[in-house]
Amino acid sequence: MSKERIGVYVCHCGSNIAGTVDVAEVSRWAGEALKDRGVVVSRDYKFMCSSLGQELIQKDIQEQGLTRVVVAACSPHLHEQTFRNACKEGGLNPYLCELVSIREQCSWIHPDKAVGTEKAKAIVSGGVEKVIWDEPLEPLRVPINPVTLVVGGGIAGIQAALEVANAGYPVIMVEREPSIGGHMAQFDKTFPTLDCAACILTPRMVEVGSHPNVKLFTYAEVTNVSGYVGNFQVTIKQKARSVDTDLCTGCGICQEKCPKKVIDPVFEAGLGYRKAVYTPFPQAVPKYPVIDRENCTYFLKGTCRACEKFCPTGAIDFTQEDEYFTVDVGQIILATGWDLFDARRIPQYGYGRLANVFTSLEFERLTNAAGPTGGKVVLRDGVTVPKSVAIIHCVGSRDKNYNPYCSAICCMQSLKFAHLVHERTGAEVYNFYIDMRTPAKGYEEFYQRVLEEGTHFIRGKVAEITDAARYPGEEGKLIVQAENTLVGKQMRVPVDMVILSAALEPRHDFKEVARLFGISCSEEGWLIERHPKLDPVATMTEGIYIAGCAQGPKDIPASVAQGAAAAARVVGKIQQKEITMEPIRASINQDKCSGCRICNNMCPFNAISFIEDRMVSEVNPALCQGCGTCVAACPAGAISGTVFSDQAILAQLDGLLLNNLKAIDLTPA
Amino acid sequence: MTSNGKPKFAMYWAASCGGCEIAVLNIHEKILDVDANFEVVFWPVAMDAKYKDVEAMEDGSILLTLFNGAIRNDENEHIAKLLRQKSKILVAFGSCATEGCMPALANLTSIEEVVETYYSTISTDNPQNIHPQPTYKAPEGEIYIPKLYPIVRTLDQVVEVDYYMPGCPPESHQIAAVIDLVIDVLQGKATLPPKGSTIGAGGSTVCDDCPRKRDVKKIKEFKRIQDVMLDPEICILEQGVICSGPATRNGCGALCPQAGSPCIGCYGPAEGVLDYGARLLTAVASVIDSNDPAEIERILDGIPDPAGMFYRFNLGGSLLRASKAAWAK
Repeated sequence: MSKERIGVYVCHCGSNIAGTVDVAEVSRWAGEALKDRGVVVSRDYKFMCSSLGQELIQKDIQEQGLTRVVVAACSPHLHEQTFRNACKEGGLNPYLCELVSIREQCSWIHPDKAVGTEKAKAIVSGGVEKVIWDEPLEPLRVPINPVTLVVGGGIAGIQAALEVANAGYPVIMVEREPSIGGHMAQFDKTFPTLDCAACILTPRMVEVGSHPNVKLFTYAEVTNVSGYVGNFQVTIKQKARSVDTDLCTGCGICQEKCPKKVIDPVFEAGLGYRKAVYTPFPQAVPKYPVIDRENCTYFLKGTCRACEKFCPTGAIDFTQEDEYFTVDVGQIILATGWDLFDARRIPQYGYGRLANVFTSLEFERLTNAAGPTGGKVVLRDGVTVPKSVAIIHCVGSRDKNYNPYCSAICCMQSLKFAHLVHERTGAEVYNFYIDMRTPAKGYEEFYQRVLEEGTHFIRGKVAEITDAARYPGEEGKLIVQAENTLVGKQMRVPVDMVILSAALEPRHDFKEVARLFGISCSEEGWLIERHPKLDPVATMTEGIYIAGCAQGPKDIPASVAQGAAAAARVVGKIQQKEITMEPIRASINQDKCSGCRICNNMCPFNAISFIEDRMVSEVNPALCQGCGTCVAACPAGAISGTVFSDQAILAQLDGLLLNNLKAIDLTPA
Repeated sequence: MTSNGKPKFAMYWAASCGGCEIAVLNIHEKILDVDANFEVVFWPVAMDAKYKDVEAMEDGSILLTLFNGAIRNDENEHIAKLLRQKSKILVAFGSCATEGCMPALANLTSIEEVVETYYSTISTDNPQNIHPQPTYKAPEGEIYIPKLYPIVRTLDQVVEVDYYMPGCPPESHQIAAVIDLVIDVLQGKATLPPKGSTIGAGGSTVCDDCPRKRDVKKIKEFKRIQDVMLDPEICILEQGVICSGPATRNGCGALCPQAGSPCIGCYGPAEGVLDYGARLLTAVASVIDSNDPAEIERILDGIPDPAGMFYRFNLGGSLLRASKAAWAK
């Protein structure tokens, strides 16, 4: 018999639990069957999380002298804090309260009430056994480092960085490419207002580049992250620019003189050229170029050095090497963006085979005044203005062969393309769409405007794009074959140019990013938020936030909103000056530890040290985060975690299996 | 046999190799103390006795029984139950009795396959293809051999055990110390440890007694002992050869690693560890120095027989006890 006085509270959660679990029966059963295990009060209540429900617990703690509390309700993710606080208010140490889930783990997954009720009993029984082993604990407080790391210099990252920096706190921004700006910098116009992307973006870029609170690293990547919220250590790899930024004035002479022209697959989407020494675009921030060593003649053949010869300040430095350095930051915002779906994966659309099939990013570059054609919409030959253009929506999106999700921006982007084609060429425009999705402010109005401009809208998924003419008038054209589902007829539309509104996909290296920062991603590869509705920019890892398309496809306004939201979360935390941490810690039994050092390298927080003179390992409780890695790794079973000791877990299992109802003495010695 | 009034002592071998018996004799002159303080009533390897003599004894009349060997057949089980009934203190002696040891590795296959391998494979010289028959009708009457069970069990999976003495075999100095302790208890100079304790062993793991230099472990390749010249000073595991020392209870004095051979785990799990193999497995997995799934796969390929490696001594005493193949019938 346990010496504890345990209260059990079974929540109905409206009908969420009570619908498939006989809560009154569970409560009655716990009061009788678990009496010998120390249960002195057992109640069920409609909403335990309501203030009345919480008061019930507090009253029992005071009047019945409860020493342990078990609440059977929803997942601890939702209400563990609520019930711990309720216990605290009632005068009981909050860590003597166990919340067991009979909703997510029981009522929601069992259609059969009899089965659900029996399982709920077992779960409650497990909670009772576990709570007996719980110990009173005090939360830990550690100071928070006010420096914030922003990974990714697209519009979401820029917004986040500026919000934090303008609030007066230091920001470190890391961008993989030579310049910040992201995909938005590639665009000419933005929907639905058609304002110039560069005109609204570049002032922000300049602000980031010159902000006293922002330290910017471009052509750089994060290679390692350790530590925890408030105290992360981040290793950054600065790739060799081959340009001394202290000397470079950004005059551009090197780019002018460099004899090596290469196709730019990133910024120009493969549609234009850049030099081997380059800044991706004229308004790049920072203004310093980089030398692309894979293509530079000097690095390939050992001769040339034209840039070095002509550089007026002697800034070219071929001997630079990649540098690694470590920074301390308190919180991290990931705004790593998206990659474009590779349209070659749909061979029947002919991209890569039929010259005048373009991707959306290529078309963005075509329309851009600073792009390879100076903003002229022309065919791949560089001169012919198309007389008819087809724009295909949902290429690689909403298609179970490629990506099941909607890429969110393609409808509006395709409408924008239709408008720009009209405006710049006067061509006939055909938009092939599945469903038209224009849900945000001003979007539907823009759709109406493009309709009125005379765009042909054909509702149907394109089957094929071909250059094989079958009928007169098709010769030398691209023929778009589709079913017009509104009239129920197959149609062949001969056009000069096809634009594929390709899907937004997770960055190709999303797995590494997720692993590096210790967060999770969805099946497709989008980084997962803590809660899809109520906590969209936080992640399950405390202190790491996500913003923009890294979290899922979204347009510029939504990306900016998320960047600002993440910044608000970060600033809010910094202003608390210190963070409260769960007092869940690992400790090593010094008598059992043989000093084998298996655990030494395991700790992600570097909390374990080896004491040479005593030949044992020790955990520094100030650094330990209670993750449990070392507990699992210790071959001698010498490491134990508070709250999750082996005994507590085994006791919970015994409870789940109802072994506690048999005459076995499970009580802690 | 008439009693000489001294406390009675018994030792038995079930499914075992006989090494435990030799380890007991290896205590040298200490064996005279055993004789001086005990009356040996039953010890098949050392003296003649019949099971019916034991059956005739009064319940609880044997003070101390050291039981070695696992429970492989119905004879083993019968004697285990018999000795439990007749003994005050029953000690699971040695690895087979405490955790199954080598005999329990047969739990990875069916009993038919075990017998088949024994009598029919290419390495067996059995020209007449003789297989053991459970019963045989002789002119004098029917005789039978013990029936094999599909699963090898540890002693405590069959009867209640008072103490556990690990080792394959237990080290002689540990046996001597345990005998001294029991004699001290008899003379009122000491008390017995709590029932269920592991005796004749340490409270930590083999690394505690190992003099080799150790560092943080980062393993890029597992090697087998025959393929590598081991550095005599440095931790064997750090050199890529799996050493079970970190997971194995100490008490042997780290003999193997000191002789240049990895610990193979015969002293079993550390105090409080439920499943030895799982512990060793997670520890070894923890020190693989790679985050690349393909490379990890390649590194793990360096362990050709994981079940035999990690559960060499402990399969019978592990949480799973046996593979599905053995349970299937």
